[in-house]
Amino acid sequence: MRVSLGITTNIHNWLFSTMNVTMASLVEMVLIALIYLTVFAVLGLFLVLLERRVAAWFQLRIGPNRVGFQGLLQTMADALKLVSKELTGTTRADMFLYNLAPYFVIISALMALAVIPFSYEFQAFDINIGVFFLIAVSSVGVIGILLAGWSSNNKFAMIGAMRSGVQTISYELSIGLSLLTMILLTGSLQLSEIVEVQKNGWLIVQGHIPAVIAFMIYMIAGTAETNRAPFDMVEAESELGAGFHTEYSGMKFAYFFLAEFINMFLIAAIATTIFFGGWLSPFGITESLPWLGIFWFLLKTFVLVFLMMWFRWTFPRLRVDQLLTLEWKYLLPINLVNIVLMALLVWSDLTIKF
Amino acid sequence: METVIANSNFKSEEYFINMGPQHPATHGVLRLLLTIDGEIIKKVEPDLGYIHRSIEKMCERDSYQQIVHLTDRMDYLSANINNEAVCLTVENALQLEIPDRVKVIRTIIGELTRIASHCLWWGVMGMDVGALTTYFYGFRDREMINDIMEETCGARLTMNYNVPGGLMFDIHPNFVKRVKDFVAHFKTKIPEYNRLLTDNIIFQKRTMGVGILTKEDAISYGASGPVGRASGYSCDVRKHHPYSAFDRVSFTECLETEGDTFARYKVRMAELWESLSIIEQLIDNIPEGEHRVATNAVIKLPKGEYYQKVETARGELGVYIISDGVKSPYRMKFRSPGFSNLSLLSHIASGGKIADLVATMATLDLVIPDIDR
Repeated sequence: MRVSLGITTNIHNWLFSTMNVTMASLVEMVLIALIYLTVFAVLGLFLVLLERRVAAWFQLRIGPNRVGFQGLLQTMADALKLVSKELTGTTRADMFLYNLAPYFVIISALMALAVIPFSYEFQAFDINIGVFFLIAVSSVGVIGILLAGWSSNNKFAMIGAMRSGVQTISYELSIGLSLLTMILLTGSLQLSEIVEVQKNGWLIVQGHIPAVIAFMIYMIAGTAETNRAPFDMVEAESELGAGFHTEYSGMKFAYFFLAEFINMFLIAAIATTIFFGGWLSPFGITESLPWLGIFWFLLKTFVLVFLMMWFRWTFPRLRVDQLLTLEWKYLLPINLVNIVLMALLVWSDLTIKF
Repeated sequence: METVIANSNFKSEEYFINMGPQHPATHGVLRLLLTIDGEIIKKVEPDLGYIHRSIEKMCERDSYQQIVHLTDRMDYLSANINNEAVCLTVENALQLEIPDRVKVIRTIIGELTRIASHCLWWGVMGMDVGALTTYFYGFRDREMINDIMEETCGARLTMNYNVPGGLMFDIHPNFVKRVKDFVAHFKTKIPEYNRLLTDNIIFQKRTMGVGILTKEDAISYGASGPVGRASGYSCDVRKHHPYSAFDRVSFTECLETEGDTFARYKVRMAELWESLSIIEQLIDNIPEGEHRVATNAVIKLPKGEYYQKVETARGELGVYIISDGVKSPYRMKFRSPGFSNLSLLSHIASGGKIADLVATMATLDLVIPDIDR
């Protein structure tokens, strides 16, 4: 495990100079965890607000603009309300699993963020199997959804959970394969190295045609992975009420809700890192100012987040069998052919490099 | 596949689920008893009566002027057309000569009501298949009609504008101008509706070939309105038994032959254009004259049975009155379009997915108070 925190090198050195190595590592880990939790809880709340404002913009409404400047505190108020709510549940629910489920969802979402390189040397956990870790951890969330649907003793929730299982297992393949296509270009699974490689041009440019196909497949599968419209079968309001989280209230509901938005950010962040050069500036225009990396990273991520919101507020929902048809009959074969195409591209050295 | 399942140890079990009475897809307090195998619906049984207010029984107590007000509360989205149906029945029974002005205004208001109702239906249709934005687009344009209604009738939802013998008031001076503005505005909006929802490939995949109703079934189940016409059953009351001013306007009856959910959708979208064309033909030449003919303060229908049907936004509404010569009807019966259309549901939704049921129900355009009365 290599903890590289260039931006906090001073704290790092100070910690290790004042205590022994074990103690300092522990303190450092706790500190990083606390910072990440705080930052991403707030980010989740901000994304909820953003979604509501974007939805309002699409729907000829104004959206929340009363609590705080332009409604910035609206979601804070909502979160406070949810914290103060009573935690109700169904009778004859499997209480252990019922209480456990939200944590699976939220922890997997937050854990995956640990390996994302936000800027130059601003990455909590830089491991050499970064992409693999991301795919593995982010798919743990579905266990939480399945547990929630199964344990809450509600048939609508169960249908939602069944759909979720089907959907995630299918689209996990597409995400994995489309990222694998890009790995052929980088030759490394380590996210910081993937960004380094892109100093010669973003991967979507380097890989051109197969990379664009991979990106489109990734965005479709990513939207499905986060259970957002047009793939929101899991919580299809007009069919299942609220789907798998029908029986959840208060903070446990808030975990599901927050996890959805953090997952959306995560999907966009992975796309930014793998396809759009992560924290690198376009054409290296701010190469001399590495601290601007965080700005570029967030800008690219939020553009992709906006794209996903755009999907949600425009498209109708697919039916569950159409969802599977799309994955198994179209995306997966295209993906497999695409990998071969990319391999040929790399082999015959047809990539575009600056 | 069947035999493979039968020979293996794999067990499939049907289960029962309650959809409603509090469920977002039923648009009101309708309860559907679903028997489901996984996602596939084996049986649908509608269970009614959650909003029954015994309107027909109340009619036996009220005078004919009061009955008109009760009909607002049946199909509240076609309130004006319901009112008109009762008024027409009473007027025919009394053999009143209704001024042309009244007939034309009733037709215009009726068509505006139909557009407003279809706007709401379109928004909700989108919402039911998962596109939430349509709801607000539909409501934006419906709002303009509501404003026109508010100015002329004094109310936005339950208008009570018709009375036996004519209209309660004359139209507002702004009426003609505002209706023309609306028609011009709405003509630019229907293409927008098509771009947002109709042309969407996901929407088409969701609705085509779903909930197919054959012409024979449509006739034998008593389907009417857009539901019947989407199966190729020519059942437009405005065309076959013209009332008010429908005999003096030219419009085509929108027919489709597929009978699926998308056909029902297309019929309603085409009806928006037809309603606009009817309004355009009439709005420029509303005849001068009285807005109401005098009736007795207490209307007593001659002894006998009277029936009148009109085309509401949902289909054929029949009003049947048995009078024994006193101020209230002896028996009053409404043949509501929603009730017959709902009876189709278990026939056309069985065998589909849960999502198909929701899409099918959306195009049946059910208004629950109309079904329960």
